[in-house]
Amino acid sequence: MKNAVGREIPDFLLTEGREVYQGKNYMDGKYIQKASPRTRRYEKPLESKLTDSIAQALRDCGARDGMTFSFHHHLRDGDYVVNMVMREAIEELGLTDLTIAATSLGSAHDPIAAYIEQGKVTGIQTSGIRGRMGEVVSAGKLKTPAIIRSHGGRPRAIEAGEVHIDIAFIAAPTSDCVGNCRGVGGKSDCGSMGYAMIDAKYADHVVVVTDCLVDFPNMPASVEAIDVDAVVVVDSIGNPKKIASAAARISRNPRDLMMAENVAKVIASTPWFRDGFSFQTGVGGPSLAANLFLEQYMERRGIKMGWAIGGICGPMVELLKKGMVGKIIDVQDFDLEAVNSIHRTPGHCEMSASQYANPANKGAFVGKLDFVVLAALEIDTGFNVNVLTGSDGVLRGAPGGHPDTAAGSRVCIIVTPLTRGRMATVCEHVVTVTTPGDCVDVLVTDYGIAVNPLRQDLIECLDSAGIPHVSIESLKEKACSLVGRPDDLEWEDQVVAVLEARDGSILDVVRKIRPYSPEE
Amino acid sequence: MIPRPKPERFRLRRTMMFMNAQKPGLIRDAYIYGCDSIMLDLEDAVAENQKDAARFSLYHALKTIDYGDTEVIVRINGLDTPHWREDIRVCVAGGADGIRIAKCESAQDVRTVEKAVEEAETEFGVEKGRTLLMAALESPRGILNAYEICCASERLFGVAVSGGDFRKCMQTSFQPDGVDMLAARGQMLLAARAAGVQCFDTVFTDLDDEAGFEAEVRQNRAMGFDGKSLINPGQIRLVHQIFAPTEKEVLQAEKIVRAYREQSAAGVGVFTVDGKMIDVAFIPGAERTLRLARACGMYEGELV
Amino acid sequence: MEIMKPAAAGTLESSDAQVTVEPGEGGIALSLSSSVMNQYGRQIRATVLETLERLEVSSARVTVVDRGALDCTLRARVECAVLRSCGKSAENVPWGGAVR
Repeated sequence: MKNAVGREIPDFLLTEGREVYQGKNYMDGKYIQKASPRTRRYEKPLESKLTDSIAQALRDCGARDGMTFSFHHHLRDGDYVVNMVMREAIEELGLTDLTIAATSLGSAHDPIAAYIEQGKVTGIQTSGIRGRMGEVVSAGKLKTPAIIRSHGGRPRAIEAGEVHIDIAFIAAPTSDCVGNCRGVGGKSDCGSMGYAMIDAKYADHVVVVTDCLVDFPNMPASVEAIDVDAVVVVDSIGNPKKIASAAARISRNPRDLMMAENVAKVIASTPWFRDGFSFQTGVGGPSLAANLFLEQYMERRGIKMGWAIGGICGPMVELLKKGMVGKIIDVQDFDLEAVNSIHRTPGHCEMSASQYANPANKGAFVGKLDFVVLAALEIDTGFNVNVLTGSDGVLRGAPGGHPDTAAGSRVCIIVTPLTRGRMATVCEHVVTVTTPGDCVDVLVTDYGIAVNPLRQDLIECLDSAGIPHVSIESLKEKACSLVGRPDDLEWEDQVVAVLEARDGSILDVVRKIRPYSPEE
Repeated sequence: MIPRPKPERFRLRRTMMFMNAQKPGLIRDAYIYGCDSIMLDLEDAVAENQKDAARFSLYHALKTIDYGDTEVIVRINGLDTPHWREDIRVCVAGGADGIRIAKCESAQDVRTVEKAVEEAETEFGVEKGRTLLMAALESPRGILNAYEICCASERLFGVAVSGGDFRKCMQTSFQPDGVDMLAARGQMLLAARAAGVQCFDTVFTDLDDEAGFEAEVRQNRAMGFDGKSLINPGQIRLVHQIFAPTEKEVLQAEKIVRAYREQSAAGVGVFTVDGKMIDVAFIPGAERTLRLARACGMYEGELV
Repeated sequence: MEIMKPAAAGTLESSDAQVTVEPGEGGIALSLSSSVMNQYGRQIRATVLETLERLEVSSARVTVVDRGALDCTLRARVECAVLRSCGKSAENVPWGGAVR
């Protein structure tokens, strides 16, 4: 069945009331029944929940074949916990048929690829998938299609019971002996623990893995001891250098700066650029650099930003410290400056993934957002964005909060170079739709700006500010003239990943790629 | 294959941006930043053992990339190297708009290059005289011979000073007030204006010193330079801003040109605009202001 | 042209390609890897073979490691490697002839 972004969704996926994507806000006003976990009572006063090993904690929580384990990705490319837990579960306990439900997965998790190939890991639910894991899933080695959700879609699915977490593993920079966890104060700090919060509330069992045990009570806690079954102390939960980069520096790449300046110009041309406006930006080169130019416009107009959300890094913290931003509400931190600021700088607070982006709760932050600036691997002439598959068809990205912020914000600006190497970013049809075109408003490239025709109001804003813009078709043609017309990718029938829209409907599927071999 | 229009000897050249001809990622779309001229470099940016590879890369870039209105000039290796003849052949064969002669010291140097260009134009069936020249003066001798260099060829559109080598010869280094280059800039400007060719200043290499860059560009403008060589696209905008005429200047120029055309049609040679005596001598300057204003997006009229 | 000795041109930087040619045993043995293989593998292969043909190379082992180079860059790298292997890359290159 074809959905609202023109993608053919195979019927076998449309069971149990599952629908295809019907457009933005289609589910608005509907009711959901929240699922509840089955959790153990700890009535007898307890000295400590310290457990000798991950294997022991797995046994204590009744781990068995076919279970779903959840993880959060605040330790990013430095994470050791996913590999550690899966190794113990598969190699010590001999478990099989396991599903990993992670908020995201990256190149740190390359070893999991082998478990997929061995058939020990048979399900993956995640926002991001990259590296070796992306390759083996794209090659059809995972037994069931991977389910890809946005950061807002994940808590929605958990609350709706579509994902049932048997055991949640919380990688905690600090914990006390009963499981009050914080993202700061240890040796592997990650700052916010926003993605872990919902997991802890909805999992049957919760295991905290920490490398820094602190005195009770570790308060204020991001994950609370009332939800935790076991605490395991390990040598290290991650490589601090890869958890948070030293500092996300604003790019000096002239191409990035040129695009960033145009992003700021577009923002400043709209009526919502006024005192108290709200803003989110990605950490990619041009998106982050937009902060710099936006600050100049704010100074010139004598206005301040009301609040900022998202993954947070240094340049935004700087604005907060200078008083140019009222509040930062933070679901994840990208650099040490942000890690060291959360809970310390007045106005820099933590939030959960549901508060951030869940479309099925009673009002997430993304819905109050004026502007979001986002990157893209590809964007097509229907303004559909792909941030998941490379233009070679292989899984190598993450929707993350992209679809949520795009849908929630008043103005969603995509900023990307027209081409990367030989890959056309602006194309006829994206390989995979991860953010539907009806949520995307403006495209800023190094070859020009295009506005979604659905937003006539923004076209008027740009025109009256004298900002030149062109059609997205002309940008696509320019890209083609630069890099040539690529051959169509060749696919097998097998579906290797299902793209869930944030509301739970099906946006797209990724099939097994048939690689081109020159020896044919 | 992209046919390029015949190069104009005198056109707007506020910004000439250097790009390593050997780097495919750089040269494929360097024009997007809006500089007036791109300077594809076969000289210092290219390692000695990659000179051949850079020419192949340059040839195909010239033949396939649509640089639009952006002028494409190639900096060739010095006449004291084994590379310059082949550099000239590839520039002409590829259809570069112009050639920058590195380390030019005399009118003879210009003529040597001109002869090789002519031969290459014959060899590759390129319209004779199409390929323009400019000379980079990098030594005290080059500066002292600036006037004869400026007058050496009908193809030569301008001269540029190259600060790095020149300062070394002069036993000095970069000075914020420009005193290190004052004599050279002055001498070269005098020569260029006397010969009726354009004149360009050297690169500013410290990308972190934004205030220093701005001061130097302001001084360039005040001294009467036509433009400046650049090493980074981030420098373009400031140069264009500083070289832009003021609105008052544009209005004045428009009045002068319009009045001149009306009056001369009526046979009047000298007249007044806003109380100021105007004659034919004012016209080239006023027209230049209007062309500049058009390039800066400040003038959309029909006078130029 | 006859491939006399092994020669290479180009780099492994993004948007570039590294081309190596070695004497062959009759015919062209092309080994190609590319960061954009699935979309451009056929075109890269065609461009490389066509360039070799224009240079009248009929026997060679050719290795191309492509990092997303445009066709014009691929041609430049193949030509340079071949002419280097014949000792003819530095002067009197047939611009607009076999090289075009």
